[in-house]
Amino acid sequence: MLLLTCPYCGVEGEETEFHNGGEAHLKRVGDGSSDADFTAYMFERKNPRGIVFERWRHVYGCGKWFHAARCAVTLEVFGTYSAQTSEPPADLIAKIRAKRPEWEATP
Amino acid sequence: MSDLLSFSEIDGSGEVLVAMQRRVPMVTLKAEPTKPTRAAIKRALGTPVPAPRTIANGVAWMAPDEWLIMVPEGQTPQAVIGRLTAEIKAPMLAVDVSDARAVFTLKGNKAREVLAKGAPVDLSPTAFTPGDFRRTRLGQVAVAFWMEAEDEITLVCFASLKQFMFDWLVNAAQKSSLPAFL
Repeated sequence: MLLLTCPYCGVEGEETEFHNGGEAHLKRVGDGSSDADFTAYMFERKNPRGIVFERWRHVYGCGKWFHAARCAVTLEVFGTYSAQTSEPPADLIAKIRAKRPEWEATP
Repeated sequence: MSDLLSFSEIDGSGEVLVAMQRRVPMVTLKAEPTKPTRAAIKRALGTPVPAPRTIANGVAWMAPDEWLIMVPEGQTPQAVIGRLTAEIKAPMLAVDVSDARAVFTLKGNKAREVLAKGAPVDLSPTAFTPGDFRRTRLGQVAVAFWMEAEDEITLVCFASLKQFMFDWLVNAAQKSSLPAFL
């Protein structure tokens, strides 16, 4: 079971109270981009075995979108943070690095 | 619990009394929760904006920028909306949602157990107390609930689901079906 804490209302809720919104921090490409770039933006997701950054929505609660960093293997949640950002906060990255020194991927 | 006439349906066959209230006047307010706006809401309603996840004096915290206001007896939703609109000097939305919501009352010592069957919430007496307010799901239905007293819970859901919700609650409250965990 996945327990997420909504950063907006502070509720520690169970997975079914939320809705997953896919990979976080996608860099959008639009008009004028090459077909290859657009295909990558539209369809290609990292799906790593390990740390993932995702978008979630507190759909049965306050209704807000937020970000979560978790491990796709152990379901350990490292933290949740505001949706109004284009990259994970530095202290969260430091926390993940402290717990998983072998973690390489840049989000 | 208020007057029996204020309920449109009552089922007392289970261990917990389940009752559907008649139309409850309420207003939804959305606005950015800045300091001036919070002060304006206090002036309009005569009660401070409630803390996150609580309900106080008939004003419930729905989200950081959303509140559910139970219209006080003797007032109309239009009057409350008028005062909010006059006081708040920022983009805001206040809507009469009385006909869009259904309100239920659960009464009995095991009222917590009925909700615990369908909501992924810690409902133990130490974790959830009168004054707390929680938006969550009950079964598959989006609901919000709070405790009026240790043995009385009020629950709100969308009006389009009220009969389903009533039947769900009656079924969940059946005799000999409630454990005594909480």
